[in-house]
Amino acid sequence: MEVLVQLYTAILSLIPFEPVRNAINMLVPTLAIASMVLGIVFILIWWERRLIAFVQARLGPNRLGPGGIFQSFADALKVMLKEDIVTADADVILFTIAPILVFVPGLLVYSLVPVGNGMIVSNVNVAIFLFLAISSITTLGILMAGWSSNNKYSLMGGIRAVAQAISYEIPLLLSIVGVIMLAGSLSMVDIVQSQNVWNIVRQPLGFIIFFICSLSEVNRIPFDLPEAESELVSGYNTEYSGFKFAMFFLAEYINTFTLGALCTTLFFGGWRFPFDNLLGDIGLQLTAQLGIVWFILKTMFFFSVVVWIRGTLPRVRTDQLMAFAWKYLLPAALLNIFVTSIFAAIGFGVFSR
Amino acid sequence: MTLTLYHYLIVAALLFCMGMYGIITSKNAVRVLMSMELALAGVSINFVAFSNYITPAALTGQIFTIFIMTVSAAEAGVGLAIIFNVYKNFKTVDMDKIDLMKW
Amino acid sequence: MAANTIFFMIFSLVAIISGFVMITRRHPLSAALSLVVTFISLAGLYGLLAAKLLFIIQILVYAGAIMTLVIFSIMLLNVQEEDLPAEERIIERVSITTLILLPMIYIIGRSFTVIKDGQFPEVSQDFGTIHSVGMFLFTTYSFPFEVISILLLISLLGVVVLAKRRI
Repeated sequence: MEVLVQLYTAILSLIPFEPVRNAINMLVPTLAIASMVLGIVFILIWWERRLIAFVQARLGPNRLGPGGIFQSFADALKVMLKEDIVTADADVILFTIAPILVFVPGLLVYSLVPVGNGMIVSNVNVAIFLFLAISSITTLGILMAGWSSNNKYSLMGGIRAVAQAISYEIPLLLSIVGVIMLAGSLSMVDIVQSQNVWNIVRQPLGFIIFFICSLSEVNRIPFDLPEAESELVSGYNTEYSGFKFAMFFLAEYINTFTLGALCTTLFFGGWRFPFDNLLGDIGLQLTAQLGIVWFILKTMFFFSVVVWIRGTLPRVRTDQLMAFAWKYLLPAALLNIFVTSIFAAIGFGVFSR
Repeated sequence: MTLTLYHYLIVAALLFCMGMYGIITSKNAVRVLMSMELALAGVSINFVAFSNYITPAALTGQIFTIFIMTVSAAEAGVGLAIIFNVYKNFKTVDMDKIDLMKW
Repeated sequence: MAANTIFFMIFSLVAIISGFVMITRRHPLSAALSLVVTFISLAGLYGLLAAKLLFIIQILVYAGAIMTLVIFSIMLLNVQEEDLPAEERIIERVSITTLILLPMIYIIGRSFTVIKDGQFPEVSQDFGTIHSVGMFLFTTYSFPFEVISILLLISLLGVVVLAKRRI
């Protein structure tokens, strides 16, 4: 890793003009992280299909490449070659903007996530807050997609998506407050560095609430009511085809990966090797040098858990969904804040900063 | 050209005027609600700009903006609930047709 | 021209144009979507004024929550184009608006003569950060803060009472 950084710095210093250098220095990390995420997404699609096939005692895609790993590239090619249909009654402008509004914020939030030791595009000191603000834009995109399609299934999907997103955003925000209190900062880097004991030990209830809520925010089973195949054809993206559909599809996987990344960063020590402060020098070296490996491994683990849940649980009903958010998750999140603030104030055991 | 307080005041005034125009001219209840949000946004900009200009040490204007946001969130929630009920009973969102209290 | 000025131009122009679109569009959904654009560019203006926390709250609360709620209810009402109330007697309304806004314009004009120097003073690094805003909110303004929380609670209850199905 260090060699790469040195090489990058050396190449950068060859560029004469300072503004150009600054611009390139802004652009390169952003592009690097965006391409890393997009590359991972192609693997994720294949991994999900293989894993869900394993759960359902099937084989899954196994023809193209070793273990079928190139299947998602073939699918991407197929989707891009398809005709880009805009239905006759659709609102063309909104219909075109909607997939972009869903796709771009999903990718944009990765500029705030530390993927390794010092590997972060911009270390904002209110990163988590900004993260949630950016990702709340996605809802608007889904709403626009549902409305502009001029199709009752799409509209139903859009309405469901928004009702769900608004309801689950509240316990999601509240469940993070405990983590913020323990770290004493909203910066993701500070939160990771404060986790000498992983936050899952200190915030088990917070983690459960956070995981359920983010599962609902990214519309995965058992909370995939906005795109419930058996009820709404395909929900808000029914009328989409070609590259626009691909954007929705990719956005869903990017968001699921974000879920894992956020779980890792907030509750499972981010890029840090497990118990690295107890292992002494080796642990610290492992953390410093191979941070990105641990980060991706942990995130992949959470992605696999999401797939596992998809293979196990049936879809919930709308009223159950709403009742669950308002009657159970919200009070539980408030209780979590209450208990955490008391423990953090008296500095009890692992809760001391 | 450097940025001065005037620039922000002009933007805020324009937004506020447009919000007022929307409140007075539109008949659609949802539009009136949105125009109110626009007018409040204009006021908020004024508050934040003056917070920088007058009290760079205290954050009075910004705190007020936070309060405005809270109030407008509450207002949007209650307002939309009322509009829903009106629409259920009158089957219209036209403000001029909702005149039961006239008699 | 400084970068700040360019950004100010972009954000304020976008805000004003989309605000104008909002009040002229007939269908409430297009109006609501352009209002979202206004709010996001206003967040940019807050950022230029070194209000770092407000920048985020603006996006999170206005664009993320309030406008989503508004658009959601527009879609749920699903008012058809022909059911929309006709905007009539426009000239009358515009002239009334102008009459009402005249004192406002007078006040703005007066502010230009009263405020001699519009230059912003230098602000410190932690101006408008979450830390400083929080300190003010929980010390100097703790009572209004509590009052506003009660207001939110009341409005929450009010909405539940208004929207609940009568059994």
